[in-house]
This record gives sequence, structure tokens and C-alpha cells, in this order.
Amino acid sequence: MNSLELAWRIRRHGVEMTHLSGGSHIGSILSVADIVAVLYAGIANVRPEDPEWEDRDRVILSKGHAGASIYAALAERGFFDVEELRTHYSDGSRLSGHVSHKGVPGVDLSTGSLGHGLSVGAGMAYAAKKDGKAHRVFVILGDGECDEGSVWEAAMVANHYGLGNLVAIIDHNRMQSLDFCEDTIALHPFGDKWRAFGWNTIELDGHNHEALTAALEGCRGSDKPTVIIAETIKGKGISFMEQNILWHYRFPHEGEEYDGAVAELNAQRPLNGESVKASAR
Amino acid sequence: MRDRFVSTLMGLAEKDPNVHLVTGDLGFGVLKPFWERFPDQFTNAGIAEQNMTSFAAGMALEGRTVFTYSIGNFPTLRAIEQIRNDCAYHEANVKIVCVGGGFTYGSLGMSHHATEDLAIMRALPNVTVMAPSDAAQAQLATEAIYAQPGTCYLRLGRGGEPNLGTPAEEFEIGKALPVSDGEGVALLFTGAIGDEVIEARDTLAADGHQVAVVSFPTVKPIDVEAIVNLAQRFDTLVTVEEHNVVGGLGGSVAEVLAELPSPRARLARVGLDDRYSSIVGTQKYLRDAYGMSARAITERVRQVLNG
Repeated sequence: MNSLELAWRIRRHGVEMTHLSGGSHIGSILSVADIVAVLYAGIANVRPEDPEWEDRDRVILSKGHAGASIYAALAERGFFDVEELRTHYSDGSRLSGHVSHKGVPGVDLSTGSLGHGLSVGAGMAYAAKKDGKAHRVFVILGDGECDEGSVWEAAMVANHYGLGNLVAIIDHNRMQSLDFCEDTIALHPFGDKWRAFGWNTIELDGHNHEALTAALEGCRGSDKPTVIIAETIKGKGISFMEQNILWHYRFPHEGEEYDGAVAELNAQRPLNGESVKASAR
Repeated sequence: MRDRFVSTLMGLAEKDPNVHLVTGDLGFGVLKPFWERFPDQFTNAGIAEQNMTSFAAGMALEGRTVFTYSIGNFPTLRAIEQIRNDCAYHEANVKIVCVGGGFTYGSLGMSHHATEDLAIMRALPNVTVMAPSDAAQAQLATEAIYAQPGTCYLRLGRGGEPNLGTPAEEFEIGKALPVSDGEGVALLFTGAIGDEVIEARDTLAADGHQVAVVSFPTVKPIDVEAIVNLAQRFDTLVTVEEHNVVGGLGGSVAEVLAELPSPRARLARVGLDDRYSSIVGTQKYLRDAYGMSARAITERVRQVLNG
């Protein structure tokens, strides 16, 4: 499956999963979908049939609230049955709202509290570097998450130890929980901050698969850690959700919202393929 | 205890290249032998305990046994959520080492007094909590947590603790160790406060009251069987710890006792009386000022005996 199709399916699953469960964070799931899709469609070297393969690339979703995107990608890649996505958020499910590794093949780290993933990823990358391993560690962060001081602790350590096998990808949708990032705790000049921290810093359109792919391939073998600041749109793909803070929390309700979201996505389907099964809540 | 920990860890690092020590920029003069001999198994993570802890979890998830090292509350309270989410939940082989439990760094002030660490660490599932009482116990505890899968906490004193004569073959995680027998009252203690306990015992013995002394190098899992036995043999159990009376050894023993049928021993807890320490002084001075010195323990036992 190519990355465009995978991104579409992640979005379609995201709408379905939040609709069925009444779950939050559809805006984030939609903004990060292309990043996750590019990783899982080919960049991240993982084996669905052997999820704990020692030489796999590690993928950490530090902004754990967009966990549905990872679950959808893993299911579409065959780590577990796509049908299981329908249990997301529900009683007895292993697919919690924030991404969890417990019993879920393919998840390298449980997250949910922000500001943990880059530090753990740095530790993984450091160990891999010491062991002379070739695999890489990808950590997807939110931009609002960079309010957390521990992110910058990790940024300093990764630079100090020259962790060229560590790649941070920031879903820079410019919105956080209550408001725009710049009106909350200003991040900018965001790229300059990372450059000042010694990181190989790439700024690109986070919905452009060619750009993402080129950056993720191009930083292979770097002697410095790489951060890709991916400019994204919160709620990308569903017009009434885009750039609207309401959809950090709201789920697509039965009727106009759900039908409208599905109709918009269906109109964007990149290729003919097996459709994602829709259902009433 | 501190130096014995380092020498023990060096022995483990020699045998196992996966043993790794990460410091939060502390251990001047103490860790030097380690980093000189095992530079590839040593990392200074800087003054950033949250990152240090998650970083250690990341290394542990890649197969290493990682010891994080700092003093006072820095390796625990400063990074408690990193310990909970990244270490304990992932059952990562991170062994958190604190030098300076209680009032070890007495004169440095309240920020450096670790007086809630046992309670807070004990509240985390999947975490083994140890507070050895002398150099030999520190060595045995270090070896034990190395061998114990998952996240562990080791609280150390700085040094100079009296030797309790713990037989190595009887030492294991979760086991209380008798120090000396007595009747009526048993003193149960954890951590580096053994000198005060022994002194209190000897003072009471001179008065004609032979109280028993039991060492609890493990606070979690607490030795339930030992407490049940003690609760049947003695009228009163007195817990002693250089820690808040809430949630540490006293709290652990109280939880066990409360679920036992009568007749059982009563409990008296000696420790910091649910407050912060603001007085300046040496460890010895502060133990007395806050009611956990030999004098305070003796007084408490006399109250019990006369009670």
C-alpha cells in the first residue's frame, strides 16, 4: 500500500474510531496522518510478522493522544486485525485512547503524558549507537508538547551524544489544547530553537509525502540528530474540522458531522481500494 | 554504603557489559573509579533527572540493566512520572539509586532531605523498594536488584553505618532479618538509622527491657509473614525510619496489622511526623530534633511499656 492510500485509511479509520467511541483528538489524528503514513508505508523498517524483531526501526508516538493513527497504521500493515480498531476506547479493549504497548504488537512505547517520548527515544538511540546497530529511532511529537521542559533536556542530550540515528518529527499544526501555540506559550522561532540546540533541522510541508520521504531518507547517516518540523493543519482533510480547536475534543456525531466527514474523505480517496467499513454508533 | 554500592556495581559491570550507570551529574569523587574503569558503561545525563530516567528506560528497553544515580529526591520525586510510565509500566530494568535517604544531607536544607521517597516509590506497582542499613546490606541489595527483573529503587546512606552482621545467605528481596531477640516490644527499622535503633535497644536493655530488633532492608514487597509472626509474638511493634511516618515502613506495617485478627500487637511509628524539616543541622542533630534519635526511640518504647 502506498503512503497516500495509507494516509487516507488512517484518516478514515480515525473518523470511524472516534465516531464509534466518542473519543477525542480527531484533529490531531488528521494532522499527523501523513507523517504516520509515510513512516509505516516504507520508511520505518518493521516486520508485522515479527513485531519485536531486534533490528527494526523504533517508532514512538510521543503525542500519544493521536494513538488512533498508529493503531490504524499498524492494523493496515498487518500487525493485527483491522476489525479490532472498532474496539478503540471501549470496555476491555487493548487499544486505549493514548497509545499503549501492552499486548499491542508493533507499539514500542506507551505514551500519553507529554514530554516522555523524545527522552526514551534518545535512550534507545544511544543504546543502538553504542551497540553499532543500524536501525533508527523515530519520535513523533506535537508542537504544543514542546512546552514540556523534558523535551529540551532530551534535545540537549541527543545533541551532546551525537545521536544521528534519532529522528524527531514534529506535527506542527500550530494548535494545542486551548488555543493556538503562539497564543499559549510562543514556540517561534521554532526551527531556530532546534538549530541552536544542535539539531539537523528540516522544515517542510507535513502533508507532502514526497517532501517527508526525501527528508526521512536524506537524514540517514547524519552525525547529528534530525528534527523535521512538519507544517500541518489540525483536522486536515475535513473542512469543518480544520484549524478549529473544537475538534481537539469533539467527536464526529451521528448525522451531519459524521456523514459530512465521511463524504469529504470519500471524495479525497487517492486510489481505488478496499473501503473502510462504516457503521452506526 | 555509598562506596560499597559503587564497588559492588563495578563487580557487576565487570561481569556483565550490559550493566550501565547513568548519573544526573552527581557522584563527585564517588563514581570516579567506575567511570575510569568502565567508560563505555557510564553516562552523565546532566542535571536533568526527568530525561535521565526516561533515557535510562529507553536503554533498558534495548536490553541493558541501567542504574540511575543521584542524591536526595532528585532521582525519584523529580522524575516520578517518568519512573511510573516509562520504567515501571514498561517493566524496564532501571535501578534507581538515591544516595542520602532521610537527613543525610542535613545541613543542606529541606530540598535535600529525602523524607517521602519510600512512600512515593512504594505506591508504584512493579517497583521493588529497598533501603539497606549497612554496607553489607547495601552490597547484597545491589546484587539483588541487579538480578531482579524490572524497576527497583535503592535508597542508600552515605556511610559509617554500624554493621548488623547480616548473613549473606539469608538476604533476599522481601525478607526481614532478625538482628536481636527480645520480648514485649520489637523495633522494626529500615534504612540507615540502625545506629539509633541499636543505641536505643542497648539503653533499654540497661533498664532491664530486652526489646527485639528486626531489620527491613526491603520496604516493598513488605515481609508480610514476618510482620504476622511478630504481631503474634510481641505486644507492641515500633517502626523506626528516617522518613515520614506516612506511607513508608510504618505505613506498610500498619497496613498489614490492620487486616490481622485480634489479638495482635499494637503499633507505634517513629519517624518524621508528617511535616517538612526546616531546621538546619547534621543528620544526627536533625534525627533528634524531629524525634527519631535513640533518645526519641527509647522514650517512645518507655511510653509503650508504661502505657
